[in-house]
Amino acid sequence: MEQDWIWGLIGGLLIGTGGAVYLLANGRIMGASGIIGGLVDGTARDTKWEKLAFLAGVFLLPIIIYPVYSSIDTHVTDNWAVLIAAGLLVGIGTRIANGCTSGHGVCGMSRLSLRGFVATVAYIMAGGVGVILFRHLLGVI
Amino acid sequence: MRNLFAFFAGGLFGAGLFISGMTDTAKVQGWLDVFGDWDPTLAFVMGGAMIPMAIAWLLRNRRSSPALGGSFPPAPPQRIDRNLILGSVMFGFGWGLAGLCPGPSVASLSYGGVGHWVFFAAMLAGMAVTPALRRVLDRQPAAA
Repeated sequence: MEQDWIWGLIGGLLIGTGGAVYLLANGRIMGASGIIGGLVDGTARDTKWEKLAFLAGVFLLPIIIYPVYSSIDTHVTDNWAVLIAAGLLVGIGTRIANGCTSGHGVCGMSRLSLRGFVATVAYIMAGGVGVILFRHLLGVI
Repeated sequence: MRNLFAFFAGGLFGAGLFISGMTDTAKVQGWLDVFGDWDPTLAFVMGGAMIPMAIAWLLRNRRSSPALGGSFPPAPPQRIDRNLILGSVMFGFGWGLAGLCPGPSVASLSYGGVGHWVFFAAMLAGMAVTPALRRVLDRQPAAA
C-alpha cells in the first residue's frame, strides 16, 4: 500500500507518454470519451480505424501485463442499478462536456486550458459530493 | 502507420491505467472520499501524466504538423459554457458512483468481470443518445 503513489506516478507517466505519442505522431488529442463517443455516434468516420486501434491498445495491454500481477480486484459494485445509472451519467456527461479525465484533465490542464481546469474542478467536486451522498448518507455504494 | 501509432499510444494509456491502479474503483472512490479513508494516488497519476503531456504541447508549438502528416487539432474554444459545467457535473456523479471513467472502463474490460461490461454498455448507450439530448439542450435558453 505504501508504494501505491510510486505506481501511480509511473502509470501516470505512461499515460502522459501515450497522450504525447497520440498528439505528436497522429496529431490527435487523447480523450477517451471523445474516442469512444465518436465511434458510438458516428462522428468519427474518417478517423474510425485510428480510434479503434487506440482502443484495441487500451484493451489489450492490461491483458499482456496481467500475468505480472497475481490477482486484481477492481472492487467494482455488483449492484447493476448503480452501474447502469453511473454508466449513463458518465456517457452523457462526458459527451455534453466534450471531455473526461483524459481529455479535459490530462490533455487540457497540461496545455493550461481554462476549460480543462474548470471541467476537472467540476467533475472532481461532483464526484466528491456523489461519494459523500451515496456512500455516507444513503449507503448505496 | 497511423493505426500502428494509435495502437501504441492506446497501449501506453492502457498499461498506465492498469499499473497506476486507476482501474481499481476503490482507489478512485478513495480519492473522491475526503471524509473516508482518503487515497491520494489519483493526484500522482494525474500529475505524472501531465509531465510528458506538457512537454508534448511545447514540442507541438515548434512543429508545423504531426509526424505522420495531417494537421494538429485547432485550439479549442475557451468558452466556459453551460454544457461544460452541466456535463462535467453529470460525469462526476457517475464517476463517484461507480469509480470508473471512460479510459479505465475500457482498460478493465478484460479482467474486471461482468460489472465492468454492464457499466461499459450503459456508457455507450449514454453516448449514443447524447447527440439528440444536446439538440434539446441547445434549444433551451442559457439561463435555464
